[in-house]
Amino acid sequence: MSDLVDDLLAGKHSALARVITKIENRSPGYREVVSALHEHTGHAEVIGVTGSPGAGKSTLVDKVAARLREDGHTVGVIAIDPSSPYSGGAVLGDRIRMASNAGDMDVFFRSMSARGTLGGLSTATTDAVTALDAFGKDYVIVETVGAGQNEVDIVRTADTVAVLVPPGSGDDVQMLKAGILEIGDVFVVNKADLDGADRTVQQLREMLQGRSTAGHHGASGTEMAEVAGTADEDTTAGDNWEPPIVETVANRGEGVDDFLGALDDHGDYLDRTGGREQQARDRFAAEIRTLLREDANGLLADELERQGGLDVHVDAVLARETDPYTVVDDVLAPLRECLSDR
Amino acid sequence: MSVEHEQDERTIRCLVAKVGLDGHDRGAHVIARALRDAGFEVIYSGLHRSPDEVVQAAVQEDVDVVGISILSGAHKTLVPRILDGLREYDAFDDRLVLVGGIVPDDDQPELRELGVDEIFGPGASMAEMIQYIREQAPER
Repeated sequence: MSDLVDDLLAGKHSALARVITKIENRSPGYREVVSALHEHTGHAEVIGVTGSPGAGKSTLVDKVAARLREDGHTVGVIAIDPSSPYSGGAVLGDRIRMASNAGDMDVFFRSMSARGTLGGLSTATTDAVTALDAFGKDYVIVETVGAGQNEVDIVRTADTVAVLVPPGSGDDVQMLKAGILEIGDVFVVNKADLDGADRTVQQLREMLQGRSTAGHHGASGTEMAEVAGTADEDTTAGDNWEPPIVETVANRGEGVDDFLGALDDHGDYLDRTGGREQQARDRFAAEIRTLLREDANGLLADELERQGGLDVHVDAVLARETDPYTVVDDVLAPLRECLSDR
Repeated sequence: MSVEHEQDERTIRCLVAKVGLDGHDRGAHVIARALRDAGFEVIYSGLHRSPDEVVQAAVQEDVDVVGISILSGAHKTLVPRILDGLREYDAFDDRLVLVGGIVPDDDQPELRELGVDEIFGPGASMAEMIQYIREQAPER
């Protein structure tokens, strides 16, 4: 087991791949591995990329990874696709788009499937980010279809979250729906060469103005400042982050530099305001909470099993001999006693 | 309600790779879908991959099964390169390597000797393939 950790830290690709497999499968011993890796982390810049299917996430990620490689950085990518609710199987196709980095082992691209376990996926993603970070990747990009709570949890593992909005993705109410406005630090209107892109930028800008009250994100690029609009009155830098809107045509590589610039700006903003540390604190707090919940759940499941299984209680509740609240009180009673004795 | 412990059961991961110049991927798509429906996770490579790319995908995705689809007749050149690459990255021993497509009978012994575990030609049934993978996927 520790061989695996040593091999990963020594930069062996197959060891990194195997560690992520263990994390995904939650195979015996994976916790020890992740624990051992933790002290080696904290160096990677983590970027979340989300957006509806077909928004161009993988294509943009591919171009971004290639650009980062040109600058001499190493990159890890975790691409999460849904799994079939029927068979549990999945076809993970994001790799197809990684053409710009074909054969470059220093872009470590890993497809993960949402294996249908609520909450489990965000834990697995966090752990996989840990593995890539410990491996020494400068940038880790987490890419996922942004729909619903599960995905929102996933992108929270990121320092900076980019939301991709394709042109013509419905009226402005659609943007309100998914909660994407709240999670984005940077917005990208990809496929900006398509009809309707201007309108989408316009709508986004209006929606975003409703979101934050004041502030200046301090973006420099003229195009971006222009796109992000307003923000001309010079407030003190670093009060509020006003998400820029970047236009890209990912398949032609257009706007990739602007996008990276926006990511950098947000990184600077985090450093300037101490936001990075706060985010890390929040993230670890959330992680501890999640693990506590899962483990406590596990303990309780075992205890229930010892008491003859859940069915016994269900039978009693069905027969109106007891009720769900009382059952819970009874099951938890030993635990309460234990804790109050301390 | 599923309570999440460390668990033993694992999901089998398969790479379906199109290598070289042949542009026919209908078969690969059908197979990818069938494997998905069997509950496997399938990573599809897309068309026209080089052996290096296939190796990169097989290593990074840590697949249990490397499925190579070749209809162009270039298997004697391309397959050995993939096998060498897998060995180079220490990713050969615990992986099934399957070849699908058109491989003349005369070439099969050579490929097997090089390390291909099984060859599925035209007419191979999907059920047969899935069962083979279930039974033969190496323990890790």
